[in-house]
Amino acid sequence: MTDGVTSSELRRGVFPGLQLQTYADETTEPFWSAARHDRLVVPRCRECGTFRLPPLPICHVCQSEVTDWEELPGTGTVLTFTIVHHPLHPDLAAVCPYVSAVVDLDGTQGEGARILVNVTDCDPAAVSIGAPVRIVFDHVNDDMSIPRANLVADRPV
Amino acid sequence: MTIKDKAAVVGVGATPYYKRGQSYPQTELSMACRAVLLALEDAGLSVQDLDGFALYAQACEPAELAATLGVPEVRFTTMITGGGGASAGALGVAAAAIHGGMATTVVTVMTVQQRDRRLGGSSVGGQLTYGQAAMGISRPYTAFSSNSGLLGPGHAAALIARRHMHLYGTEREHFAEVCITSRDNAIRRPTALQTTPLSMDDYFNARMIADPLCLFDYTLETDGAVAVVTVSADRARDLRHPPVYVMGSAHGGIGRTGPLNWKWLQMPEDDLVSSGSRSAARRMYEMAGIGPADVDVALIYDNFSPMVIMQLEDYGFCPVGQGGPFVADGNIRWKGGSIPVNTHGGNLSEGYVIGMTHVREAVEQLRGTAVNQVDGAEVALVTGGTSLLPMSGTLLRKG
Ligand SMILES: [Zn+2]
Repeated sequence: MTDGVTSSELRRGVFPGLQLQTYADETTEPFWSAARHDRLVVPRCRECGTFRLPPLPICHVCQSEVTDWEELPGTGTVLTFTIVHHPLHPDLAAVCPYVSAVVDLDGTQGEGARILVNVTDCDPAAVSIGAPVRIVFDHVNDDMSIPRANLVADRPV
Repeated sequence: MTIKDKAAVVGVGATPYYKRGQSYPQTELSMACRAVLLALEDAGLSVQDLDGFALYAQACEPAELAATLGVPEVRFTTMITGGGGASAGALGVAAAAIHGGMATTVVTVMTVQQRDRRLGGSSVGGQLTYGQAAMGISRPYTAFSSNSGLLGPGHAAALIARRHMHLYGTEREHFAEVCITSRDNAIRRPTALQTTPLSMDDYFNARMIADPLCLFDYTLETDGAVAVVTVSADRARDLRHPPVYVMGSAHGGIGRTGPLNWKWLQMPEDDLVSSGSRSAARRMYEMAGIGPADVDVALIYDNFSPMVIMQLEDYGFCPVGQGGPFVADGNIRWKGGSIPVNTHGGNLSEGYVIGMTHVREAVEQLRGTAVNQVDGAEVALVTGGTSLLPMSGTLLRKG
């Protein structure tokens, strides 16, 4: 399906990734550099304070290019999710069902800085809108650390 | 000054609709040419008259089409950006080109063959690449979405539908009602690919594709081509059929709607939990000078059943959040509904030619020749949507 992934490595519930290179440029490299060290670092407009993901080069609120990179707590809540049952590729039969979610990240304004992630290591039926999650990184190679999410059972909502 | 009533659709042509891959050994080009020739013939025109192309979603290359058909002089070629969302809007662009004096006889055509590629994200020949580094998103940014497991428009529709259910209490029974209505309409149509009755039990017994969406919530996968010809209102009156006037047309959306939605989902929540069509709907009605109460039949882009419910809200047929109960009350049924929807069976049950089957049905309804004719239909809404900017809507009026 993609470089570096073989059927033997596929695990139910864990989407293996489609793009295992970051193709990082100056606007995205700080995210990946931090991800390699299990830190969630996101660009924030120095002028108006708006966070943004993906790390596009200009603030969509005030159009400033002046950006700071801020470390977030790495937690968030599920805005919405789907449980993918049908494999769009034959290899994914070993992976389905898996959960993909849109997560509002704690410490940000939410909208405009959401993260799209596979929610792993849980019963898909346990995922719900509003569920607290923690972002974790899967270091698949020297370049790409895939962000995923795990349910946080003991954190107060 | 707008394009209101300045141009009219005067010809429609189509190939048969085929289940995915079964149009082979025809090609997308050969089917496009056949549909265009049939549309010209329907209007009483010929290739000698054709001089413009108002297309969308990379339907086909006008240079290739014009050369193949032998068009004497090409005066206008435009491809609206984005995907199927621009289908209805292409009629407005055709009308604008004609009203602006840039062309006289403009064709809008869509052709699709899903033998070597599948539009929804399914792999063909081991390649799972749909939308990768495509549609204006470069690789540094796809790195933030490609590993999420969100692989195509159906996954985004599932995310949006679940949020709509959460906020408004929309239920799967409501999605089922859209599917069952479409199927009931398709059953009577010789062009339809799905003509076996669909019951609520059938719906709930169907396999899940991307929860909360099951098999029947998804569009069919179809091959085929549909074309329409648009000319000036003055000229339309002398042609073969009663003109179908373009009353109003708009495409677009708020800027933050973004590119391919399963790679984005960064828009404000009221735009995220919608079809993204509200701004285009408002401009379309303003141009036409009418409102949703004046629409007699609605041909709504139904790539996924929840998107019909959200477009009913966004085009003003019911308040936002009330689309589920609105369809459950029978409002979109051909017989007895307050606004019959997808009387041709739609993408869900007739066939999927990326929006153009809806345009064809609108024209047939306004000519009074539809299989499931809405009595006294004078105004039809056609929409396109809903996976990336632009979305579009066009109001057509009986001549
Ligand atoms: Zn700013």
